[in-house]
Amino acid sequence: MKSIQELESALARGQLTRRQFLAGTTALGFSTAVATTMFERTVQAATPKKGGVMRVGIGGGSTTDSLDPATWENQWIQLIGWSSQNYLTEVNGKGELVPELAESWEASPDAVTWTFKLRDGVEFQNGKTVDADDVVASINHHRGEDSTSAAKGIVDPIENIETDGKNVVIFALKGGSADFPFLMNDYHLAILPSKDGKVDATSGIGAGAYIVEDFDPGVRCELKRHPNFWKSDRAFFDAGEVITIGDVAARTNALSTGEIDVMDRCDLKTVHLLKRKSDLRVEETSGTQHYSIPMRTDTPPFDNNDIRLALKYAIDRDAVVQTILRGHGTVGNDHPIGRSNPYFDTGLAQRTYDPDKAKFHLKQAGVETLQIDLSAADAAFGGAVDAAILYKEHAAKAGIDINVIREPNDGYWSDVWMKKPWCMCYWGGRPTEDWMFSTAYAEDAGWNDTFWKNDRFNKLLKQARAELDTNLRADMYGEMQLIVRDEGGVVIPMFANYVFAMADKVQHEEHMSAMWDLDGLRMMERWWFD
Amino acid sequence: MSKILTMVAQRLALGLLTLFVVSLIIFLGVELLPGDLAEAILGQSALPETVAAFRKELKLDLPMHERYLDWLGGILQGDLGRSLSNQREITELISGRLANTVFLAVMAAVISVPLALTLGVLAALYRNSLFDRGINIVALSSVSFPEFFVAYILILFLAVEWGLFPSISNVNFDLGFWERVYRVFLPALTLTLVVVAQMMRMTRAALINLLASPYIEMANLKGLSRSRIIVRHALPNALSPIITVIVLNLAYLVVGVVVVEVVFVYPGLGQLLVDSVSRRDIPVVQACSMIFAATYVLLNLTADVLAIVTNPRLLHPR
Repeated sequence: MKSIQELESALARGQLTRRQFLAGTTALGFSTAVATTMFERTVQAATPKKGGVMRVGIGGGSTTDSLDPATWENQWIQLIGWSSQNYLTEVNGKGELVPELAESWEASPDAVTWTFKLRDGVEFQNGKTVDADDVVASINHHRGEDSTSAAKGIVDPIENIETDGKNVVIFALKGGSADFPFLMNDYHLAILPSKDGKVDATSGIGAGAYIVEDFDPGVRCELKRHPNFWKSDRAFFDAGEVITIGDVAARTNALSTGEIDVMDRCDLKTVHLLKRKSDLRVEETSGTQHYSIPMRTDTPPFDNNDIRLALKYAIDRDAVVQTILRGHGTVGNDHPIGRSNPYFDTGLAQRTYDPDKAKFHLKQAGVETLQIDLSAADAAFGGAVDAAILYKEHAAKAGIDINVIREPNDGYWSDVWMKKPWCMCYWGGRPTEDWMFSTAYAEDAGWNDTFWKNDRFNKLLKQARAELDTNLRADMYGEMQLIVRDEGGVVIPMFANYVFAMADKVQHEEHMSAMWDLDGLRMMERWWFD
Repeated sequence: MSKILTMVAQRLALGLLTLFVVSLIIFLGVELLPGDLAEAILGQSALPETVAAFRKELKLDLPMHERYLDWLGGILQGDLGRSLSNQREITELISGRLANTVFLAVMAAVISVPLALTLGVLAALYRNSLFDRGINIVALSSVSFPEFFVAYILILFLAVEWGLFPSISNVNFDLGFWERVYRVFLPALTLTLVVVAQMMRMTRAALINLLASPYIEMANLKGLSRSRIIVRHALPNALSPIITVIVLNLAYLVVGVVVVEVVFVYPGLGQLLVDSVSRRDIPVVQACSMIFAATYVLLNLTADVLAIVTNPRLLHPR
C-alpha cells in the first residue's frame, strides 16, 4: 500500500486524478472531508507560483567558459544558455518539437527549402525586437570557412539563408532534410541580437527567460528574470544562481545542507542513501544518453564483422546496467537510437549475453581465441574503467582475452578516442535519428568514430533525410537500426538515465524533457517553488 | 644594517632568477601535456577543421619559443596578457581569485599562529604531562590525515549533522565581512588543523632545547617563575626557528590549498590553476604559477630576514 506522502507527491506531479487520489486516501483510513482538503492543498502546490531564488549546483563548468554560444560544451554553460537564450524551435516535456521564436515553419515538397515565420514583437533583453536579420546573423555566426564553432557540422548543410521582410527567414539546404527544424533547437544556435549583420556573441544578451547578471566562469552565474519575457506561463523564479561544483560529494553535501536547491549528476553509488532524506527528492529521466565502445573498423581485427559480432555477444548487458549504473538505465542494443527517439524500432530483437554465439562467430572468423586491447578512462564516462574490467570477465567465457589499458583522463578525447583501435566512449545522443546517424555513423561524418562505411546504410540515410512521409521514414530508420546493430562497429551496452536531486519544494510539470539533463536543461524556465 | 640590506638585495636578485627558471619549466611542462587548448575546449565534438581554425585564431600554430618570448615580453611590461580561452584580462581574472585565496590564508593564519604558539609554549611548560601528550596526539593525528578527509569529517559534523556552518564556501564580493568569515570558517579550520601541528611542535622543541642552556639555569637559580623564564628569557631566543616554520606554513596556506578549495568549492587561485591546466590555457597557468612561486620566494626571504634580525649572529657564519 502506498503511503500518504507518495500519494500526495504523485498527485502533485499530475500522475493521479482527483478520483484516484480520494480513493487512495480513503483506503488509508482518512475521511472524505480530510482527503478533499488534502487534495486541494496538493493541487494548489502543483499550480506554478512565482518567486524565490533558484540555486543549482552543476558538475560541469570551467574557468575557460565564455558566453559565446559557439564554444558551449559543458552542462554548466549549457544550462545558462537554455536559461538566457531562445531558439527558433523548442523540444517540450513530451519530446515534441514546438515553436519558440518561430511561430510556424513549412518545407518545400523535397524538404530542401524551409521557410520560418517569426513570432511578432518578441523582445531581446536589451529591448531590441527579434527580427529576421537577427536570425540570419545568429546562424551565420557558426558558418563559413574560418568558423571555430562547435556547431559548424550542424549548419554545414545550409547552402543559403535569406530574409523575406521583417518576420520571414528562408533556409536553402544543400539536400533535403525533414528534421531541419529539430536541428534549429541545437543549444549552440541561440538567436542573438545583431547589428549590421553581425551578432555580439559574448554579451550574453538573448531573448530567453533570464538575464545574465554576473558571469564568473568556473565559479557561478547569477540570473535575473527578464521582465519582458514573452512566455506568460514560464519563468517563475525571481532570480537564479548556477554554481559550478565539480566534486560530487561537495555537490551532494551542498544539497543536503540546503546550500543549493537542485543538483545534477547524483553519485549512483550513494544515491540510495540520498533518497532516505525526507526533505529531498531524487528523480531521473531516460533519454538518448548512451555509453558506447567504438572499434575502428578500418583496423584489424575489427575489419571483420564476425569479430565485431563476437564482441557484441560477449558482454552481459544486464550485469553492466546493474553494476555500473546501479539500475539507473536500460540495456543497449548496439545502435544509438534511444526509446525516446521518434522512430525507435520496438520490434528489433534485443541482443543478449551469449558466449556460445560469440565462440561461433570467432570460428566463422577463423580464430579459436582472441586477444585484444581495450583503452579505458573515466573521462569517457563515470565507471568506464570498471565497465571495461567487467567486460573482460564476461568475454573470458567466450575465449576472448580483453586486455584493459588504463589511459589518463587528461587528453582522452584528443589522444585515445578515434586514435586507439578500441576504446570506451559516451554520447549524449541526439533527438532525431538522422542527427545521430549523420553525426557519428555516416561515412563522411567528422565524428564517425568507428570509421565505418556501409553503402546500404549511407543510401538509406540520404533517402530518409529528405523523406517527409513518416511511415516510410519509420521503415527506413528501422532498417538502419538493424544494420548498425548487426554490421556496425560499435558495442552499445547501455543507455544511462539522467539522475538528479532537488529539495522537496521544487516542482515541475508532469513530463520532463529527456533530451538533456534537468528537464532538457530548461529547468530555470520551466520549474517553480511551491 | 647595510649588511642586511645587501643580503636582501642579493636574495631578491636570486628570487627573480628562480622565477625566470620556474616560468621556463612551467611553459615546457604544459607544452609536454597531450592536446592543446583548441582540442580541450572543443572536447569530443571537435571537427579537425574547426580545431585548425581555432589554433590559428589563438596563435597556437606559432612555434613554441615565439609564444614564450611573446609572453615574457608582456610580463616585463607588466602585462599578463589575456586568457586564451575566453579573452578575459588575466590580471582581472586573477585579482579576484587571489584576493579570495589570501583572505582564506589570512583567516587560517589568524586562527592557527596564535593557537600554535600558545599550545607550543604550554606544551614546553608542562613537558611530558598529560596535557603535553594529549595535544601532541591530537595535532599529529590531524596533520596525518589527508586534507580532504579532515575536510569531510568537519563537513559531516559541523555542516550536515549540526548545521552550524555552510558545507560549501560560496563567497562573492557583495558579502559583508562577517558573512564572509562565516562562510570561510570551515575551510579555514581545515587548514588550521593541517598546519598547526608543525608550528606547535617546532615551538615546543626550540623552547625545550633552550631550557637546558646555562643562562636558563641561572634564571632558575634566581628563583624566577617557570612561565616568566619561558616567555621572557627563552622565547625571544627561540624565535628564529619558529619564525621560519611559521612563514613556510603561511606560504603553504597560499599555494597548497588546492584540495581544500575543491572540497569547499572555494573560488581561489588553486582552482583557477587546476582548471587552466586541464584546459591547457598556458598564459593563465603561467601567471598563477608565477604568483605561487613569487609568494614562496618572498616569504622565504622574509623568513630569512626576520631570523637574522632576531638572531644577528646568523649574519656572520663561521
